[in-house]
Amino acid sequence: VSTSIEQLSCQELVELVTDYLEGALPEAERASFDYHIEGCRGCHEYVRQMRQTIDLTGSLTVADISPEAEAALLAAFRDWNNNA
Amino acid sequence: MNRDCLHAAIVSQFAAALQSPRYSRRVDDAAVIAALRARDERVFAELMRMYNASLLRVALIYVATRAVAEDVVQETWIGVLNGIDRFEGRSSLKTWIFRILTNIAKTRGQREGRTVPFSALERPGAVPEAAVDADRFLPPDHERWPGHWASKPEPWPEERLIAGETRAVVERAIEELPPAQRAVISLRDIEGWSSEETRNALGVSETNQRVLLHRARSKVRQALEDYFVEAW
Repeated sequence: VSTSIEQLSCQELVELVTDYLEGALPEAERASFDYHIEGCRGCHEYVRQMRQTIDLTGSLTVADISPEAEAALLAAFRDWNNNA
Repeated sequence: MNRDCLHAAIVSQFAAALQSPRYSRRVDDAAVIAALRARDERVFAELMRMYNASLLRVALIYVATRAVAEDVVQETWIGVLNGIDRFEGRSSLKTWIFRILTNIAKTRGQREGRTVPFSALERPGAVPEAAVDADRFLPPDHERWPGHWASKPEPWPEERLIAGETRAVVERAIEELPPAQRAVISLRDIEGWSSEETRNALGVSETNQRVLLHRARSKVRQALEDYFVEAW
């Protein structure tokens, strides 16, 4: 990936979004990323959509194991407790 | 502190932690370990409720079916109970629990003849995968704007972002991900774990964790875009 500001293309930028959001980009690349999204509507929108995606994913409730499995585990706990 | 007080303190910590799923859960390991060693069933039950969903997702990296994954989760808890008296606290309790799970799940997966996870976790970048289809961009030999958007993303309708149907799209997209990507996005973005916690639970490098997260998030974004574009 190029470190020169002018040369970071949109196609390259979309592959750097996660590194950018994770704070894992080296300073120079971060600067060219910021510069790019300031001037590019498509990429600005793309980064916004990634943030919206993360927020939406965060609003999901967690799946859980079946009540039967949980009951079996509590029974196993009692066995363990009695034998300990 | 007597046992009931200790228990009350732990339960209130759990409650507080569970109410802020977007943040790393700071439950006091020492108190939980002490309670488990004291055979406190209520603490054990809380701990299970807190981790079962994540354990299940991680197990599914290694084994093929949900039924087997549930078995693995059960065996994990039995391993936790059997090992807790010897647990030395060199890692966090959470990391330790996930290591037990990973070992059991790997053995189980091998017995089933599954070989997927090693390349998926250790070399996720081996097979290139674009975050956005190449045909959304102008060709590399374009005279003025190589690699620039040919069809750029359009803003999503705000009012539809909060609709239940939209969440179902996200859920479906996550279900369809390869297991390693699914596990990483679940731990990071649904459970709100830090990258370090996720890395430790899965035993992957920082870079590989990020590659998996990137691919997972990119696909979920794409699924949302497809959904909104179709609906217009």
